[in-house]
Parts: sequence; structure tokens; C-alpha cells
Amino acid sequence: MAKKSIVDFEKIKQELSDLPTPIQVIDQNAKVVNKEAFDSFSDDQLVEFMEKMVWERALHEQTMNFSRQGRMGFYAPTAGEEASEMGTVMAMKDQDFLLPAYRDIPQLIQHGATVTEAFWWSRGHVKGNEFKARSLMPQIIIGAAYLETAGVALGLKKNGEDAIAFSYTGDGGTSQGDSYEGMNFAGAFQAPALFIVQDNNYAISVPREKQTAAKTLTLKAAAAGIPAVQVDGMDILACYSVAKAAREYILAGNGPVMIETLTDRYGAHSSAGDDPSRYRSKEAQQPWLDRDPLIRMRKILTDKGLWSEDHEEELTKKYKDSFKDALKEADAVEPEKVSDMLKRTFEVPTPEMQVEIAKFEEKESK
Amino acid sequence: MTKKSYIQAITDALDIELQEDPKTLIFGEDVGKNGGVFRTTQGLQEKYGEDRVFDTPLAESGILGLSIGLGLTGWRPLPEIQFSGFTLEGVDSIAGQMARMRFHFNGKQTSPITIRSPYGGGTHTAEMHSDNFENFFVGVPGLRVVMPSNPYDAKGLLISSIENNDPVLYLENLKLYRSMKDDIPDEKYSVPLDQANVVQEGNDVTLVAYGAQVQEAQKAAEELAKDNISAEVIDLRTVSPIDTQTIFKSIEKTHHVVVVQEAQKMAGVGAQVASAIAEEAIMSLDAPIGRVAAPNSVYPFALAEEAWIPRKDEIVAKAKEIINY
Repeated sequence: MAKKSIVDFEKIKQELSDLPTPIQVIDQNAKVVNKEAFDSFSDDQLVEFMEKMVWERALHEQTMNFSRQGRMGFYAPTAGEEASEMGTVMAMKDQDFLLPAYRDIPQLIQHGATVTEAFWWSRGHVKGNEFKARSLMPQIIIGAAYLETAGVALGLKKNGEDAIAFSYTGDGGTSQGDSYEGMNFAGAFQAPALFIVQDNNYAISVPREKQTAAKTLTLKAAAAGIPAVQVDGMDILACYSVAKAAREYILAGNGPVMIETLTDRYGAHSSAGDDPSRYRSKEAQQPWLDRDPLIRMRKILTDKGLWSEDHEEELTKKYKDSFKDALKEADAVEPEKVSDMLKRTFEVPTPEMQVEIAKFEEKESK
Repeated sequence: MTKKSYIQAITDALDIELQEDPKTLIFGEDVGKNGGVFRTTQGLQEKYGEDRVFDTPLAESGILGLSIGLGLTGWRPLPEIQFSGFTLEGVDSIAGQMARMRFHFNGKQTSPITIRSPYGGGTHTAEMHSDNFENFFVGVPGLRVVMPSNPYDAKGLLISSIENNDPVLYLENLKLYRSMKDDIPDEKYSVPLDQANVVQEGNDVTLVAYGAQVQEAQKAAEELAKDNISAEVIDLRTVSPIDTQTIFKSIEKTHHVVVVQEAQKMAGVGAQVASAIAEEAIMSLDAPIGRVAAPNSVYPFALAEEAWIPRKDEIVAKAKEIINY
């Protein structure tokens, strides 16, 4: 008979899998599952949530149209993530510091950048980074955002500010080692950081279950001593409520929090055109489309007599018109000059750079 | 004036800057109570408190990323990376993030960060502790790389680096930490960035060096003088950007140049100096550009480093070779 092991690893593994169900306020059938939380919202607030999601869906549709027309640069589609993005960002205050990733342009706009600036960013014009919002520009190296978030949060704490850092990444971002370092630093310094992981099922083409053997991404925060919670990322009321509660908890001096929103990216990774049909079947995606965040809010508001199809159409048109105006404004910008780029590499251009600047200024004057 | 070692000069500069600017912060592994593994930050936590001088978890990427966030919220971070071999853990933070901050934001956000880290061989350290990785970093736009060769410059250049609003990688030579002393002013002074220093004037050959190799070049110059060869020694001090004008001016006079570095030969500071001369001042030369550098191997284990690191004899031989070309 085999000798009994001193430790039962299978049992430990099982314990790591026994996790609470994600937080919900309304389910996919628009049924209220947390009445107390639901009743805390006024009718006006409920309408505002829906309007924000309609705005983001319209932004998505219009930018994808612009992309097909060849009028955008790099842009990451957002359809499916409206509840996660709008719900969490609506818990943010102006004084809070945003650290967005490339798919978080809608939050950056909500936090104070203009749509025109977002289009400039997409096209790679530096004017897109001159926004007034308290934010870093959208991060491309998504794990890096965690480290910078720890630093921003520690800085806010040292400043004694009534503000926290909001950091956005996806499931793929949690695979980069820097994600652990960033959360660990924030935890060690008890810095006011909110790490929002938008678990949208795919890092380009690699599915969430191939990113890690961890049952949930919240477990990664646990290792850094950070409380973390899974939220139904298609339920805007849950996303908002949890982000708001997290902000209050963090501001009270309790250190960082991680939120994992379970959401879905309906389309391609980016407008540069990966083809999702190569790595994802329609059947596998259908359950997520059924959970669409707009469907459930639309039903709730319609039942309450606060919403109609006509109103939504009208709103969508209004939003799309405003995006068309923003693109026209974006078109009108002067092209960037290489001489200007050289001038802003250092505070004072080095002698070698002065030579280069003169060379490009001459070239550009022709 | 007080006789101080290179390391004491660095501590001096940090003390002055912490005193003058309440926004400066020193952090890294063991920099607090322990005063740094080399005692560079000795006494600073005691004097300025744990809010200003603090230990971090053991993670270089974390330390450097933290610096960026602190810089964005109004602080002036002075992170220490315990050994320059460990900077590789934080290359994204340095090259991918902080060095392009000003460029990203059209000058509206900056990274006023000075990263300090010891480098260089000759002290029999463990692997990954002595590497000369400036070659990687000199190719990063928006980043300055400063490498002082003596205590006077160490203090003055560190003060300039900290007060500069762009990121600086300030590399401290391990061997020089305690092997030399200078009379240095007790008060604040600065040595300008981006300017090479003519350490010694001469007429027959220009020796361009930086870091600990400046001493080797000076020893070589003494040796050459015995054969009536007068060498001019230039200390680059800042290795990115490189002050090429000082070099060009010197070779107009000497018509011969030897470029010396401790780092491996390929694609680095010496290669950049040589190509700048080839591109813009080749007609000043009467002979090919001489180069003395470490071979293109991995940095050796301790017992082989004496043979691996370039020494004055190689500089002397190379100088004679090109003079007699």
C-alpha cells in the first residue's frame, strides 16, 4: 500500500477553486437579484447608466465605420464591455488618476479627454495626448500599468490627496510579471490603487484559460495581500456599485483593491484586423451576446416606462453625429513635424539634436 | 574642502538634494536602515525619515515603475538599483516608459528621475553584479547616461542629474567607490551634464575614456610621457549624449585617437565615438581610430576579470601602434 502523503495537494487545489459567485445586481434576464443595491439607484441614475452604455456602443460602431473607411489609426473595439468600462469609470472623481490601457479610450473620454483627442491618439498625433484629464496616455505594455499605478497611488498618498489611482488592464495583462510586482508594491505601501481587470476572455487570440491555471484572476491579487472580487462585467449596476465601494474603502486608508469584471470582447482585438473567427466559434460566443449589458438595462428601463426604442435611436444618432463632427475637427489639425518631436525629446535639446532640428526645419520649410 | 571618497561624494550630493528639495525621495532595496549595501545612503533615513528614504520589496521592475508614478504625481524620485546587472529587470520602465514621457505628452509630463546604480568590474563580485550595460542604454532616446570617474565629478554630476527634469541613468563605478579620494568642496556645486572634460592636455594622441578607464588612460599617459609621447586625456562624463565637439577639437591638434572603454566592444559608447569621428572628423586623423575595450564575451567570473578588463598597457600599446602607423 502506498504511503499516505503528509500533504493533500488535490484538496488544496480544490480549495482554490471554491470561490464565491460573481457579484450581480441584475441578471441577464433583467431580474433584480440584489434588491437593496438596486433600490439605491434613482430613476435618473438608471437612465444615465443606460445613456453612457448607448454612448459607448455608438462610439464603438462609429469608430469601426471610420476604420473601414481608412480614417482611423489603431483603435481597440469595445462592444460588449460597456458595463465594465462605463460602470467602473462612473465611480471615478475628477481628482482621481486614470491609468488606461489601449482599450480604455471610452473611460479616458469620460474622465475629461475629448473625442477629437481620442481620434488624434488613434492616428498617432501628439495632440491626442494633451488632454486635460488627470491620466496617463493609454498604455500599450499592459503589465507596465500596474507598476505605474503603484507609483501614482503612493504619490497621491504622500501628497495627502483625496484621490485614488484607477488602473485598467485585461486578462492578458495579468500574465505579465509586472502585474504581480505592481500589486505587491501597492499592497506593501498600502497605496490607494484600484486595479480593474477587465477579463474579456481573449488576449488577442489566446483564451483566458490558457493564460493561467488560476481559477480566477482575483487569486493573483490575493498573493499580494489585496482584497479582490469578481463582478458580473455585463451588469453595469454591479460594476458601478463595486467600484464605488472599492473607492470608498481605498480612500479610507485601507490600501488597494482589485476588481475582476467578467465581460466579453465581441469583435476583433483591434481595428488593425485580426479575424476572431480563427480562434472563436459563434456557438461559444452566443452565451456572451445573450448577456449583453444593454439588453438587460433596456428591459428594466422600458418596464419602468423610462426608455423607448425611438429614444435610443435618436440618442445613438445624436452621438454618432457628434463623433462625425469630432473627426472633422481631428482632420483639421496640422501634421506633426519631426523637428517638433526632436525638440521635445529632452527639456533642452542637446547639441547633436540642435543639428538634427536645423536639418529637419529646413526640410520641412520646403 | 574635505578629502572624500567617490562614495562619500555621492552621499554628499544626495544629502544636499534631500535637504534642498522636499519632493526628492530615495528608495530601493536596503537603502533605508542598512544605508545601502555599499552604505551610499548611510544615515539618510535617520536624517530625513522613512517617508523620504525607504526600502522597497525586492523587485527592480517595481522600483523603476514606482518612480514613474511618483514622478507623475509631483515627486522627484531617486531610485537605487542595487547592481547595474539588475537594471535589465526594469528595461521597459526605463526605455519603454520613463525615457519617452516628455515626448509622449509634448513636454506636459516629464520624468524627473535619477536612477543610481553601481557597475563595473575588478571587485570579484558574483555574476550579474559587475556588468557594464551602458551600451544598452546609450541607444535610448530621452535618457541621459552619466558615468563619473572621480569623487569631484561624482558629486557635481549627481547634483546636476537630480536637478535635471529628464530621466538620468547615473552609473557609479564599483571599483572607484573606495579606491580613490579627492579634496572636494563641502558645499553644493555642480558639474555640467553633456560636457566632456579634458583631464590632461597633450599634443600627440587623444585618449577618450569614461568611468574607471579614465584612471587607466591617465596611467597610460604617464607611461607614454616616458617615451616623449604627449597624450591628451578626455573624460566623457556623460556617455549619452556624447560631447563630440570636445573630441573633434582635440584630434584637430593630436591627429591620433584611442577610444577606451571597460564594456564589451560591440555597439556601444566607443563605437559611437569612433563612428562620429569617422563621419565628421576623419580628415583630422593621420592614422586609424584605435580602440581598447573588453572582448565580446559575457562578463567573466571573478578570477578571470583581471585579464578581461582593459588595462593601461593595452592603451599604451594601442597608442604607440597608431602613432607609428
